[in-house]
Amino acid sequence: MRRLIPHPGLSVLLIVVWLLMANAITVGGLVVGIVIGILLPIFTGPFWPGRPGVNYRTGIAYIFVVLWDIVIANFEVAAIILFRRNRDLKPAWLVIPMELETPEAITVFAGTISLTPGTVSADVSSCGNYLLVHALHAPDPAAEIARIKSRYETRLKGVFK
Amino acid sequence: MTAFAILPDIAISVMIVIGATFALIGSWGMVRLPSLMERLHGPTKATTLGLGGMLVGSILFFHLAEGEWALHELLISLFLFVTAPISANMIAKVHLHQLRVKPEGGVLDSIGPAGIPPLPSDQSSWATYEAPAPESAAATSEA
Repeated sequence: MRRLIPHPGLSVLLIVVWLLMANAITVGGLVVGIVIGILLPIFTGPFWPGRPGVNYRTGIAYIFVVLWDIVIANFEVAAIILFRRNRDLKPAWLVIPMELETPEAITVFAGTISLTPGTVSADVSSCGNYLLVHALHAPDPAAEIARIKSRYETRLKGVFK
Repeated sequence: MTAFAILPDIAISVMIVIGATFALIGSWGMVRLPSLMERLHGPTKATTLGLGGMLVGSILFFHLAEGEWALHELLISLFLFVTAPISANMIAKVHLHQLRVKPEGGVLDSIGPAGIPPLPSDQSSWATYEAPAPESAAATSEA
């Protein structure tokens, strides 16, 4: 079973995406989706060694937290763009020390930061321990770093093991 | 036509107008924010809700007005969420290279109000500037 379906999560995702793309739930579509969902992970598996285990329950909870934050982020950034004058704006570079260790977790962390309130991730340090983030408006960089770490990194540590 | 019958139309219009408003604000941000890194914030965020609002409007239209489910829109937002941070990251990396090549700001725009990015507090540098250490999470290949 482990050989046939090396990435069960990826297989399910591929089937769902295939059905969404066909925009109809038919037996034929489902069969093709299942074939794709089984074949693709088998072929791509060798390119992706040493991937971390994923806790799907906390992962899905994390997705909802991020979706909610994206909506809030849009209002915050819109307010900054509309009402804050450039000379009152305090953009800053943040250097975030990371406790996450796997490339997958760091990628999701960086992507989350880019999609949520007033921050864009720019780079990772060459040793993989720090993340360079640009904040649109951060009068108190230390507090911003603490907020990002407690809100996203703590949750991500529960998702990737 | 009763008031009840136009409710779907109102819901669809509201979603489209909300989406279009956020897309407009995001574009306005790109014009008025002071430098490249600040401008990056507009397209990565304000436009996600802009597009999201329009896509919800589209789902509602197909469901309420045409009576069929159209869920392509979910795929569009999935691909958007996967690709938006990556394109923003690539632009930021190019910006970091520009800062290093002309640290005094050969281009007037290149140093924003945030200044030059600080280095990480251990002895290393950013992965854009030096090769990632093998075996670390920043390494791009298995050693």
